[in-house]
Amino acid sequence: MPKKRTQVADIDRSMYDFRYDDSDEEKLQAGLTPDIVREISAKKDEPEWMLEHRLKSLEIYNSMPVSDWGPSIKGLDMDNIVTYVKPNTDQKSDWDNVPENIKDTFERLGIPQAERSYLAGVGAQYDSELVYHSMQDSAAKMGIVYSGIEEALHGEYADLIHEKFMTLITPRDHKFAALHGAVWSGGSFVYVPKGTKLDYPLQSYFRLNAKGAGQFEHTLIIVEDDADLHFIEGCSAPKYNVANLHAGAVELFVGKNAHLRYSTIENWSKNMYNLNTKRAIVDEGGSVEWVSGSFGSHVGYLYPMSILNGRKARCSFTGITFAGQGQNLDTGCKVVMNAPETSTSIETKSISKSGGVSTFRSSVVATPKAEGSAASVSCQSLMLDDKSRSDTIPAMDIRCKNVDVGHEATIGRIGDDKVFYLMSRGIPEEAARTMIVNGFADPVSKELPLEYAVEMNNLIKLEMEGAIG
Amino acid sequence: MTRDALLSVRDLSASVDEKTILHHVDLDVAPGEVHVLMGPNGAGKSTLGHVAMGDPTYTVTGGSIVFDGNDITELSTDKRSRAGLFLSFQAPVEIPGVPLSSFLRSTLDERPDMKMKNKQFRKTIKELACELNMDQAYLDRELGVGFSGGEKKKVEMLQLLLLKPKLAILDETDSGLDVDALSVVSQGMDAYRERCDGTLLIITHNTRILEHLDVDRVHVMVRGHIVAEGDASMISDIDENGFEQFIGADDASEAHE
Repeated sequence: MPKKRTQVADIDRSMYDFRYDDSDEEKLQAGLTPDIVREISAKKDEPEWMLEHRLKSLEIYNSMPVSDWGPSIKGLDMDNIVTYVKPNTDQKSDWDNVPENIKDTFERLGIPQAERSYLAGVGAQYDSELVYHSMQDSAAKMGIVYSGIEEALHGEYADLIHEKFMTLITPRDHKFAALHGAVWSGGSFVYVPKGTKLDYPLQSYFRLNAKGAGQFEHTLIIVEDDADLHFIEGCSAPKYNVANLHAGAVELFVGKNAHLRYSTIENWSKNMYNLNTKRAIVDEGGSVEWVSGSFGSHVGYLYPMSILNGRKARCSFTGITFAGQGQNLDTGCKVVMNAPETSTSIETKSISKSGGVSTFRSSVVATPKAEGSAASVSCQSLMLDDKSRSDTIPAMDIRCKNVDVGHEATIGRIGDDKVFYLMSRGIPEEAARTMIVNGFADPVSKELPLEYAVEMNNLIKLEMEGAIG
Repeated sequence: MTRDALLSVRDLSASVDEKTILHHVDLDVAPGEVHVLMGPNGAGKSTLGHVAMGDPTYTVTGGSIVFDGNDITELSTDKRSRAGLFLSFQAPVEIPGVPLSSFLRSTLDERPDMKMKNKQFRKTIKELACELNMDQAYLDRELGVGFSGGEKKKVEMLQLLLLKPKLAILDETDSGLDVDALSVVSQGMDAYRERCDGTLLIITHNTRILEHLDVDRVHVMVRGHIVAEGDASMISDIDENGFEQFIGADDASEAHE
């Protein structure tokens, strides 16, 4: 529907930067103690094993050092982060029942409109809790479950969640995974039964409104054998002058010959520390496709990981990162090829501008079981000025014979000859540069659903504005 | 200056990396005329085309360029284009990820008087592609990426016919070497002349491209100086005797400085 496109095309900065007073929200004290963790758990009426998991995670968190590589996170003081902020509402399944200011937030972000036009289901989280969750009846009739994960802990799949929860990403993974294990709140649970194919995507949108707060949602998706799902994740926050933290976790289980596409457009505000962890395990003949756009955050560490654990399992990663002024985005992906004849395809683009730092970091491991596997890694970086920085750190660890690996990397600038050519046909300089950058990003944007591709092009346009002189 | 010239280059000097390429160049082109700028390799012919279009690679160190009554010496390239000046490129660039049709659309969107509805736009570019024997599939391909020399030339001519500039500078320094490219350019020039009563400044060192054209004036450039000017009869003279006769003439003109 062309009208919908116009709606997205007309966004301006205020689309992300508006914010509401958070005084009517219930906030826990800033900082991190066993009491705070107990309080979060108590509010959620969750099973006993979960409280134990939280307290154990907190211990691990306290015993682990902060990583000594990657961008600095010195500006993040956990004593100042409010780990739990409850919006003044319970979860609804009708937008009309969602409080006005929260509903307005999601309307301005275009979520209900998108739900009406092309989504099979939507979950919306505001600060620490889901405020809306709904799925079309047709999908429910297929046996698909899409709900808040906390709600699901009391439902039919409680045991399955217990069995899987934080087994792919364990609290010992790194300090912020441990933090997540201790204070996680909100997030979605998706279960797609065997042989079920959902034609329309499900989408969860995460909005962090409260100042100085953290968001720690947990997304758990199980796609059974021969099933197919496209899941979209969006996130944004208004800008504050104090640090906010996002340390979510995404665990994806992809069955035999199943297919999961996981698309993300991340546009956190530029005071955000985005220390997010995502991981998929793929069984025989299954495939996971990551499509990832990283635009926001002050500091970002993001490396979605795929474990190819069955013969002929596949993964592809298509990503773009745009680091502007004051941003240090360390992004990429990890793959472990742990079965014969698996294949990996990684294609990333990164753009840095106005002093922004963009680092591509990847790790591809072929274990001794990976005979006959193939991996290709390609990353292209574009630096828009002399102040910006781009680095490429691809690692490959091949531990068996007969594995085909390839890697290519280019780092470049916008050619003056290209700008001159476009200008010689009447296109102003800023538009010419934006056109070149959009073209550079095209391999990623064409992987996104139309509405998101348009949004991404607009985000690039916003970033490019005022880039001249 | 000539009062009714469309393009009037006066005493123009330009340099790149502090090396002077153009020396006190004077050149006038009246509306509707066909001019040819000839000269040996490396004479600065292409540079003159690029400087006229405002290529930031070059620094104008003296003189002026007046187009359609306005001094454009300081004007940005995009504004020169919208004022009706066109430069076809010897080696058009590649812009990955930008479909040719969206690029063409953008060139029109910047011109309020040329805006058209999408349907009409598609029809127009398809017709032009057809006229230039260009596979329509190219309209949806990434601009310049993987295009042959002949195809790139077609894209340049398509833009010439789409934008209908008042003056087109065709930098055809090397295209005389490629028979296909040559015929594409000839066809483009004919259509442009016929349809828009277009004004042309053709940059070349090869006379074959001029065979079917009614040339009004010939300018010869050697080492950044205009050393000779005359009517179309100069072309056959150059064809027979080459540029040797002019070499050294630039020393004389330098002596005048």
